[in-house]
Amino acid sequence: MSRRSILATAALGTVLALGLAACGGGGAAPTPGQTGAASAGAAAKDEFNASIDKIWNPSDKKGGILKLANNGTWDSLDPGNTYYGYSFNFIRLYGRALLMFKPAPGKDGNTLVPDLAESLGETTDGGKTWTYKLRKGVKYEDGTEVTSKDVAYAVARSFDKKVHPSGPSYLNELLDWPKDYKGAYESKDADISSAITTPDDQTIVFHLKQAFGSFDYIVQMPMTMPVPKDKDTGSKYQEHVISTGPYMFDKNEIGKSFTLKRNPNWDAALDPNRPALPDGYEVALNVNADDIDNRIISGDLHVAVAGTGMQTAALSRVLPDPALKARADNPSLQRLWYTSVIPDVKPLDNVDCRKAIQWAADRTGLQQAYGGELSGGEIATGMIPPMLAGYKKISTYETPGSKGDEAKAKAALTACGQPNGFETNISYRAERPAEKAAAEALQQSLGKVGIKLTLKPFPQGDYFQLYAGRPAYVKENNIGLAINGWGSDYPETFGYLQAIVDSRTIREAGNYNLSIKMPEVDKLIDSIKGEADEAKRTEMWAQIDQLIMDQAVTLPGVYAKSLLMRGKGVTNAFISDSQQMYDYVALGVQQ
Amino acid sequence: MTQAHLDVRDLRIHFPTDDGLVKSVDGLSFSLDRGKTLGIVGESGSGKSVTSLGILGLHKGGGAKISGEIWLDGEELVTASPEHVRTLRGKKMAMIFQDPLSAMHPFYTVGAQIIEAYRIHHDVSKKVARKHAIDMLGRVGIPEPTRRVDAYPHEFSGGMRQRAMIAMALSCDPELLIADEPTTALDVTVQAQILDLMRDLQREFDSALIIITHDLGVVAELSDDILVMYGGKCVEYGTAEDVFYRPEHPYTWGLLGSMPRLDREVSERLLPIKGSPPSLINVPPGCAFHPRCPYEERTDGKSRSGVPELTQTEGGHLVRCHMSKDERRALWENEIKPVLESQ
Amino acid sequence: MITYIIRRVIGAVLMLLVVSVVTFAIFFLVPRIAGATPEAFASRYVGRTASQETIQLMAQRLGFNDPLAVQYGRFIKGVVVGSEYDTGTSVEKCPAPCFGYSFITQQPVWPDLLDRSRVTLSLAVGAAVIWVIAGVSTGVLSALKRGSFFDRSAMGIALAGVSLPIFFTGMISLVFFSYNLGWTVPGGTYVDLTVDPLQWAYSLLLPWITLAFLFAAGYARLTRAGMLEAMNEDYIRTARAKGLPERTVVVRHGLRAALTPIVTIFGLDFGLLLGGAVLTESTYSLNGLGKYAVDAITNNDLPKVLGVTLFAAAFVVVANLLVDLLYAVVDPRVRLS
Repeated sequence: MSRRSILATAALGTVLALGLAACGGGGAAPTPGQTGAASAGAAAKDEFNASIDKIWNPSDKKGGILKLANNGTWDSLDPGNTYYGYSFNFIRLYGRALLMFKPAPGKDGNTLVPDLAESLGETTDGGKTWTYKLRKGVKYEDGTEVTSKDVAYAVARSFDKKVHPSGPSYLNELLDWPKDYKGAYESKDADISSAITTPDDQTIVFHLKQAFGSFDYIVQMPMTMPVPKDKDTGSKYQEHVISTGPYMFDKNEIGKSFTLKRNPNWDAALDPNRPALPDGYEVALNVNADDIDNRIISGDLHVAVAGTGMQTAALSRVLPDPALKARADNPSLQRLWYTSVIPDVKPLDNVDCRKAIQWAADRTGLQQAYGGELSGGEIATGMIPPMLAGYKKISTYETPGSKGDEAKAKAALTACGQPNGFETNISYRAERPAEKAAAEALQQSLGKVGIKLTLKPFPQGDYFQLYAGRPAYVKENNIGLAINGWGSDYPETFGYLQAIVDSRTIREAGNYNLSIKMPEVDKLIDSIKGEADEAKRTEMWAQIDQLIMDQAVTLPGVYAKSLLMRGKGVTNAFISDSQQMYDYVALGVQQ
Repeated sequence: MTQAHLDVRDLRIHFPTDDGLVKSVDGLSFSLDRGKTLGIVGESGSGKSVTSLGILGLHKGGGAKISGEIWLDGEELVTASPEHVRTLRGKKMAMIFQDPLSAMHPFYTVGAQIIEAYRIHHDVSKKVARKHAIDMLGRVGIPEPTRRVDAYPHEFSGGMRQRAMIAMALSCDPELLIADEPTTALDVTVQAQILDLMRDLQREFDSALIIITHDLGVVAELSDDILVMYGGKCVEYGTAEDVFYRPEHPYTWGLLGSMPRLDREVSERLLPIKGSPPSLINVPPGCAFHPRCPYEERTDGKSRSGVPELTQTEGGHLVRCHMSKDERRALWENEIKPVLESQ
Repeated sequence: MITYIIRRVIGAVLMLLVVSVVTFAIFFLVPRIAGATPEAFASRYVGRTASQETIQLMAQRLGFNDPLAVQYGRFIKGVVVGSEYDTGTSVEKCPAPCFGYSFITQQPVWPDLLDRSRVTLSLAVGAAVIWVIAGVSTGVLSALKRGSFFDRSAMGIALAGVSLPIFFTGMISLVFFSYNLGWTVPGGTYVDLTVDPLQWAYSLLLPWITLAFLFAAGYARLTRAGMLEAMNEDYIRTARAKGLPERTVVVRHGLRAALTPIVTIFGLDFGLLLGGAVLTESTYSLNGLGKYAVDAITNNDLPKVLGVTLFAAAFVVVANLLVDLLYAVVDPRVRLS
């Protein structure tokens, strides 16, 4: 190295140090957002996890603009066409579904409360027909009153998956739609009374194909937010959604940014759930993720709206700095990172070979791969995350320090008839560094007992349709292990688990589950459907989890957690179990 | 004391380089009056071009060490400020370069380049300058000057370019004109035309002219005086008659012998000079020419140790040689002249 | 000259056609060869638990079931004569040039491209002004003071400039100048020129400087080399012999000659930049064409990818043509034929 380059390196180091020291939050000159932050600091003490299970800096003062940024963009702002978790959280600012999750910290936030409806759903036939009564006097932003027909129309329009492909299709599948129904656009004049009836302007009745006890969880989704038929512009409706919530769209540039302002026709008296503190919201879209973190740290921005946690670059600064860490929260998510162990692929058809994988896997290493204890998550022992009913710590494959047990793994291999190990492939989504790291961690720990893994990265856009979610492909290409992740749409075990353990959902392609094909599990699911006693249902879920682990068809990784940071100058910050990020309905701006 | 128009005294131009001091010009003196022509002859590397650029003051500020005196029209230039010398350049002294294609800027028209030269020294409008440029182009024999004034150098033939170059040099009516190898890049027939043109213009403008060349043939027709340079020093200096009919330095003999003539193939060199010009960093001790001199043994080794003085043989005829005057004359009369005349 | 331009324009159009075919092939043909079914394509544009029926509906709506040639033909037809788009409630006209509708946001691509190009153009023009002035003047001074302290340090910085990636210099300067010193606005705060010219410049200052730094470095080195060569040319000696002041010699004669290759490089650089300064736009969250392209590719939003690729290619092709024409103006020795 020549002298000049040493100098250059030294200079570079200085710049870096300056930059990083600057990032450290020592704080020289105040930035616009910091003025508010100073007073907020006086009002509430920064503390790690201060928004978990409690409200940080509670306030009922109105005013201010809440600034948010998204490193990507909404799938759609249209209530009938959105499925992102943060969208379900945020959309409640400009739309009212029949029900909603209570804006409250922790477990309490998991409670469903009536929103547009006066009370929770009523069923008289064991869950096949559900009736909701709407509050009287709720208005759209233009002053028109909301009727039950608007809710029926909203659901009917969301049926059309050609126009609204992104939204959940629960109601398409649950309701008893007429044969060949194509949705409100194509089947304009169809009679849908077999699925939805509106006996009067305040009442809406849903008719299901078969009983479904958790229907309330479905109607809290944005598909039941009313849409006025004459204002519906199909796929362009997201450019101006007609608000029923406390805020309405001001400026809206799809893919760039939008702002919300107060809706003059929103009546606080008819809405017990929304404090509606800020005067407006500014949301920037497609903003560089690292930049978002930096701006939240510096106080220029309040919320990273996607709520998925800080980037690695920011984490390395936040975690070692007590002042910054005190502004962070570390919520658990209803999400599991796991690896399917696919019995279709030899020799994994033998349960002992599958058990060998369970024993050999170094779960601590796996946890590191997913981002460690804070931003990765807690080491998982089964399929059901702690937040959901049926969770139990499963100790079947417990090893000291969760580092795996080579002796037991080798014993299992011998029992399987492969004493020297075997070879198979492990697939993961190429764009995801954490999944790659997880695959590598497994490759290393399984390699110690002679199980040789070959890494098979696939593009995430086609991962389930073409590769790891396609039974034929998996069999043909010996994908013995497939890295996967799964999160729930709503905090209820049925909605979370059924889709990934019920073998009857397995299709030709697009599967999230290929490895769990157990008749006894399917049978238990059917029993759960007909079981009214919640405690018994919970017991059966736990049973399913244990059965799956006994068969060793899945290797749980971590119950995911994320690391969020409270923006400077926010009030009323808390994380509810339903949103698993800051509850956007409650957040306010320090005045 | 009446002073010549140009008087160069003991001019030394040395360049310090990483490899040592390059003595490109080392104690050169000569003088020249208006209306007269001096030919400076020598091989490449003999210091003749450096001399000409030195007179124009183009080495100033370039790291060169310059000493001695250059008097032009009663003004000393070596000690004058670079800015002052610049105002004299182009106006009082001008230069014609060897290769007009590379010496003219390819991106400007011929006219623009002449206009530029004229307007630095004359506070006139572009229009007036342009008229002057057209006039000058006409005077150097360029046909249709009003049209050609807007042509680019690459659109001219070699001869025409050199004419344009001359027009540019003469545009400010300089008192001293230095032509550095003005015809080397041209073919033989054009060479003669250019030389004729220069002679005519010199008379017309009554300027002092220095022609720098490696080719004695070029200076033969034009020069009043001839200065032969070797290794940064003058080795022979005299009138054209002296140098052509009574040359006394073995190097001059060599140059005469290798002079191309229209009636002779270039390859038939009668008295070729063996070896190559000396390095200006490690100048050979003694007479710089001795490693190449066929008569070196006649000096009893003096030429290897002592630098010969420039001594007068007759009138203004100066020669730098260790051999005695008689010995040189005898050699010329008996050995060299017969061979040259045999052709 | 006229025939030359006509020939080049035809060539440019053909070039764009080739680019469109290649881009189309990369995003549509290659996955098909790899085994992607129309459903696999469609599955990228539906919600996460969409049923097979939903996926099939989407494949049908987006036309993935048609042969590739038909799909490509439809795309070209849209560009040339426009097309129609069914929003569910009405049929919208998409006038030519119609680059289709985003598979994800359902927005027409062409207005997006026009809109985004304003940001990219603002970024490119401002940065170009800075880097040309800074780069060329540094290069000239370096060449004139060759070997001096100035020369050495300027060339050292230039080396750093071409080697440091924008996401590094950009992030550092954002954190330092924007968040800590508060001198400039943070990323993503672009204000359009027509709204407030002063805010426009203010919001772009940091991206300009960062981007310009990268290019200025290269231009400084290029100018320095060009000047060193030019100042050794015979015509410089001629210029001096004419008695021109040194400044005139350097600028009118030296720099004029050294600029020729710079003009060429500049044209190409600028054309490329207009297609989107991907890293700068991403780092500073500027919603220009580069960011648009990145977002489109990460989301597999094919109409956007096709549109932005063609748009960017058009800039490069036009820049190439202009550079060739300009070259004939700059260097009179060049003949166009």
